[in-house]
Amino acid sequence: MFDLQDLYQEVIIDHNRSPRNFGKLDDATQVAEGYNPLCGDKLNLYLKTEDDVITDVSFDGSGCAISVASASLMTDSVKGKTIEQAEQLFQDFHNLIMEEENPGEEQMQSLGKLAALAGVKQYPARVKCATLCWHTLRSAMQGDAAPAMTE
Amino acid sequence: MSEASTANDLKTPLLDVERIRQDFPILHQEVNGKPLIYLDNAATSQKPIQVIEALDKYYQQNNANIHRGVHTLSERATADYEQARGKVRNFINASSEKEIIFVRGATEGINLIAQSYGRTNLKAGDEIIISEMEHHSNIVPWQMLCEQTGAILKIIPINDDGELMVEEFEKILSPKTKIVSVVHISNALGTINPVQHIIDRAHEHNAIVIIDGAQATPHTAVDVQALDCDFYVFSGHKLFGPTGIGALYGKTALLEAMPPWQGGGDMIKMVSFEKTMYADLPYKFEAGTPHIAGVIGLGAAIDYVNSVGLDAIAAYEQELLEYATEKALEVKGLRLIGTAEQKASILSFVIDSVHPHDIGTILDHEGIAIRTGHHCAMPVMTHFNVPATARASFAFYNTFTEVDVLIQALEKARKVFS
Ligand SMILES: Cc1ncc(COP(=O)(O)O)c(C=O)c1O
Repeated sequence: MFDLQDLYQEVIIDHNRSPRNFGKLDDATQVAEGYNPLCGDKLNLYLKTEDDVITDVSFDGSGCAISVASASLMTDSVKGKTIEQAEQLFQDFHNLIMEEENPGEEQMQSLGKLAALAGVKQYPARVKCATLCWHTLRSAMQGDAAPAMTE
Repeated sequence: MSEASTANDLKTPLLDVERIRQDFPILHQEVNGKPLIYLDNAATSQKPIQVIEALDKYYQQNNANIHRGVHTLSERATADYEQARGKVRNFINASSEKEIIFVRGATEGINLIAQSYGRTNLKAGDEIIISEMEHHSNIVPWQMLCEQTGAILKIIPINDDGELMVEEFEKILSPKTKIVSVVHISNALGTINPVQHIIDRAHEHNAIVIIDGAQATPHTAVDVQALDCDFYVFSGHKLFGPTGIGALYGKTALLEAMPPWQGGGDMIKMVSFEKTMYADLPYKFEAGTPHIAGVIGLGAAIDYVNSVGLDAIAAYEQELLEYATEKALEVKGLRLIGTAEQKASILSFVIDSVHPHDIGTILDHEGIAIRTGHHCAMPVMTHFNVPATARASFAFYNTFTEVDVLIQALEKARKVFS
C-alpha cells in the first residue's frame, strides 16, 4: 500500500500548478512534438542549442499532473547542460522510475529535484506520463521530424 | 450499512442488490486497503458465479470439439453450444437461430459485415453513414472498406449534449447511402440513440442498417425484429459473460447472399481441390473451432440477466444514474460530458483543475475502479475539446452507497490539487 503523497509530492503539485518554462520559444533551433496515444497527452518541446549546449528550452501542451510536472522539472534541469549531459540525465531518470533498485547517491544528486518523481515507479500505468517529455526532448535533440511516441 | 444505503434511497425497491452482489465473487475484495467499488462496467462487466460455474462445468465435464464427434462428450458440448445459440436468439428476439453467428465480439462482428457484405455490395462513390460518437470499432472497419472499394464515409454530427443531430442525418441520407452503422448506446457519453427512427429512415432509402449494441445489451431489452435492423452486434463480456465471445445477428436473406468471411473447418459441406461447398447458416460464418466455453458462458450470462430481468435492471440503473448525476454536479468544477435526454448509466466527466488520469489514480487509491482516457472514441473527445474524460459506468450490482464513496473520492481529488 503506497501513500498517495509519495506520488503527488508537494513539488509535483507545485510544478503542475505553475509549470516552469511553459510556452513557446520564439527563437527555438529545434522543435519536437510528443504524443501519448494511451491517454491523449500532447506536448510540444522547444529547444535552443548553441554548440551542443542547451541554452534555452520550453514546452507547452496538455497532460496530467505527472506529465506536466515532469516536463516542467525536466526543462529546469536540462537548461545549461550539454546534449550529452541531458542524455545522461534521461538515463538516470529512466533508472529512477523504471528500475527495481534505487539509484546510487551520486545519481540521486545529479537528478536533484527530478527525484520527486520517484513515486511514479509504483504506478506502472503512469510511467509513460513521466517519460513523454524526455522522449520528446530526445527527438528534438536528434532533430526527428516524426512525433515522439511513448508506445 | 450507512444511512444513505441502497434500500433507503431507492424509491422503488426493484432489485435485491445485496443478494445479487452475492453472485459476484470478485466484488468481495479489498483494493488498496479499501472495499472494491467497480465502476468500469462499460469497459467490461464482472461475471456472476453462474457464468463461472458454467465455464467450469464445461471444462471439467464436457470439454470436446463440437459438430464432428460421435462420442458422448462431443455430443454434450455440441448440444450446450447450440442451446446457447437459442438463448441468444431469444434474448434479442431473432426469428431464427440461423441468424445468430458467434464471433469474438462487437468488433469482429462489424469487421465481418464490412468485409463480407461491404466488399461484395459496395462500389466507388457509394456512401456509408456512421456517427461522430462511434467507438473506433465502428469507424476503422468502414475506413478500411472505403479504402478497398472507393466508398465514402459520411458522419452524423452530435450536439453539445452528446445527442445525434437527426436533422443532419436526414440531410446526408441519399440514394448513394448503402450502409448506415450507428451505436445503440454510446460508451463514451451514455447517450441512447433513436435507433428505430434511424432504421426506418435508412430503409426508406434502401440502405441497410447495422446497430452496435455492445453497450445496449447490458442495459436494455433488444428486439431485432421490432427494430427491423439488418445487423446487430454485441459482446459477451459487457453482458456479464466471458471475454472473447459475442454475437452477430443478421437477417437470413442478407447472410445467405453474403460470401463467407473466413475459410476453414466447420464452415464447409464438402471440400475438394476443384470445388468447395460452403455450409449452411449459421456455420458458413463460423470457420474453425469456436470459443465453445465462451459460447456456453454467454448462454449462462443471458440466463442470469433474464433471471434478474432487464426491465428491473434498466429501472434501477436509471435511479442510480439520476442519483450519481445529481451528486456529481455538486462537485465544484465538474463538467459532465454527455447530457443527453435519453441516457444509460454511464457518467463521463472532467474536473477543472484535475486531469482525468490523476482522478483515476486517486480513485484507485480509494478502491474505486473507473476508466480514464478517450474510451476508444477520439472524435468524441475532439468534439468536446477535451483530451480525455473520467468515466464511471454502473451495473445493477452497484449501490447508492458506492456512488457516495465515489463522490467523496472526487472531492478528495479536488483537494489534492487545490
Ligand atoms: C459502443 C461499443 N462498441 C464496440 C465496442 C467493442 O467491443 P469489443 O471490444 O468487445 O469488440 C465497445 C467496447 O468498448 C463499445 O463500447
